[in-house]
Amino acid sequence: MPKPEDFKLDHVTNLARINLSAEEKERFGAQLGDVLAYIALLNEVNVEGVEPTAHAFPVVNVWAEDVPEPGLSVEDALRNAPEKRDNMFVVPKVVE
Amino acid sequence: MPDALYNCTLADLSRRLAKGELSSLELMQSVIARTKAVEGRVRAFNSYDEQDALAQARASDERRAARKGAPSHPLEGIPIGIKDVISVAGQPLTASSRMLANFVSPYDATVTAKLKAAGALCWGRLNLDEFAMGSSTENSAFGVTSNPWDLERVPGGSSGGSAASVAAGEAVASLGSDTGGSIRQPAALCNLVGLKPSYGRVSRYGLIAFASSLDQIGPFARTVEDAATVLGAISGHDRRDSTSLKMEVPDYNRGIAELVRSGRKWKLGIPKEYFGEGLDPEVGAAVQAAIDAYRRMGCEVREVSLPHTKYAIAAYYIIATAECSSNLARFDGVRYGHRSKDAKDALDLYFKSRAEGFGPEVKRRIILGTYVLSSGYYDAYYLRAQKVRTLIRRDFLEAYKEVDAIVTPTSPTPAFKKGEKAANPLAMYLNDIYTIGVNLAGLPGISIPCGFTGGGLPIGLQVIGQPFKETELLAVASAYEQTTDWRNRHPSL
Repeated sequence: MPKPEDFKLDHVTNLARINLSAEEKERFGAQLGDVLAYIALLNEVNVEGVEPTAHAFPVVNVWAEDVPEPGLSVEDALRNAPEKRDNMFVVPKVVE
Repeated sequence: MPDALYNCTLADLSRRLAKGELSSLELMQSVIARTKAVEGRVRAFNSYDEQDALAQARASDERRAARKGAPSHPLEGIPIGIKDVISVAGQPLTASSRMLANFVSPYDATVTAKLKAAGALCWGRLNLDEFAMGSSTENSAFGVTSNPWDLERVPGGSSGGSAASVAAGEAVASLGSDTGGSIRQPAALCNLVGLKPSYGRVSRYGLIAFASSLDQIGPFARTVEDAATVLGAISGHDRRDSTSLKMEVPDYNRGIAELVRSGRKWKLGIPKEYFGEGLDPEVGAAVQAAIDAYRRMGCEVREVSLPHTKYAIAAYYIIATAECSSNLARFDGVRYGHRSKDAKDALDLYFKSRAEGFGPEVKRRIILGTYVLSSGYYDAYYLRAQKVRTLIRRDFLEAYKEVDAIVTPTSPTPAFKKGEKAANPLAMYLNDIYTIGVNLAGLPGISIPCGFTGGGLPIGLQVIGQPFKETELLAVASAYEQTTDWRNRHPSL
């Protein structure tokens, strides 16, 4: 298992797309350090040959009949939009 | 003196409604009046819509009248509180987060639709730890819920509002969600019955996702019978949730009655790992007394071992945070939710909206989850945790070769003081030691009242059942409940 000091907060917050204040960086860094040190407990467990569990009761190939039915109206879909115009979400410019 | 309406059991109120001794409108008015009287101290609700609730009650009375004496569903006309993470069309849905402060549900969750179909009144939006991440309801962005038994203390969490509302007489029953104990622990801390169904028993459609492989919706109620009634109404396969299983939904209360009549002597397992260091002596004594009560009924009680118990919290906080980091990626300020006012481009919009919208615990968990899934660390953390999950699940299934159900404390301690663990996330996580394994293994688990501390704080007994054997689990819980009268105690508010 990696060492707690492998954890690079700036790298991970960039991946997670979250800005942290200087105060948050200091506080979360220490708190997450504690949690990572605790999680290292799993190193003790012999997991050789053990299959991973993603779901307690895995179900595969769940099919549904392809029956058309009413979905959300445009109005309902846009109801919670932070900014909208002409039945569309308004976002900051993404191309030059 | 008979109990006030707002303190009666669901079964009692249902009978009185059926006999015409009581109207749904009178019941709803009683619950609203009680809510207004105590909510300033309890703060169980993020919001409630009085006019909508009264309209639902009137509609229920009309439906009943139109049936001209033909029987109604037991939930017809009963106010049921809804955790503010479950969609109710046209009502706010905040997850107690600034991120969703102004969000209104465009549709009903499947459980909401099922409650409405049964005739229940969907009542209020109940407070929780932000996005259901926490064990005290202190992580809510909008306010801290108090434990009705001691207003200085937490009600537990994350479904703290769901528990506090029923304990305080502000709802007859409620729905919560349980990812690592979020129904059972607050039920224990508030003298209630709280049930987490087997994973896949209840549809998660319309539940804001935290950790999708662990989340289940379930009821809070004053008795096992009432919890079984609500469970019956919300259970069942839903094609909108492909992890809900195609299994018949039994009539739980009839099944319980049949098992009680048969005089079945249950074989109960006591996992030695759940009675070690960290267990409050008063909680331990109350749980032992409950185990003795089972022995006196003629149940066979034997020690079992769940050897991987000590690894459950570590595995859980890898798996749950990994899933949460993925699920909460949808909150980007584009289509719904908080949008930062001063973003200079699209990327900046994500960073700032998420920084402003999420509270500290949610940020910590997203960061941890992102890390354990990130390139180079996935195998060491996430994959290893999933393998440990297999071992934890195997422990339970091994024990069930010998016993029908497993009996443990629900929470190692009674309700703690507000602020006591707020600055130490790890200490808060460790509080979930007895409930988390159940979620990892997908099992049904219930907490029922089993006594009080010398200081008057409720204590909960957890019974853990075999997969999809909710009827047997409820029958085991009911057998103990019938020997006690803890459920008849109400907090003085």
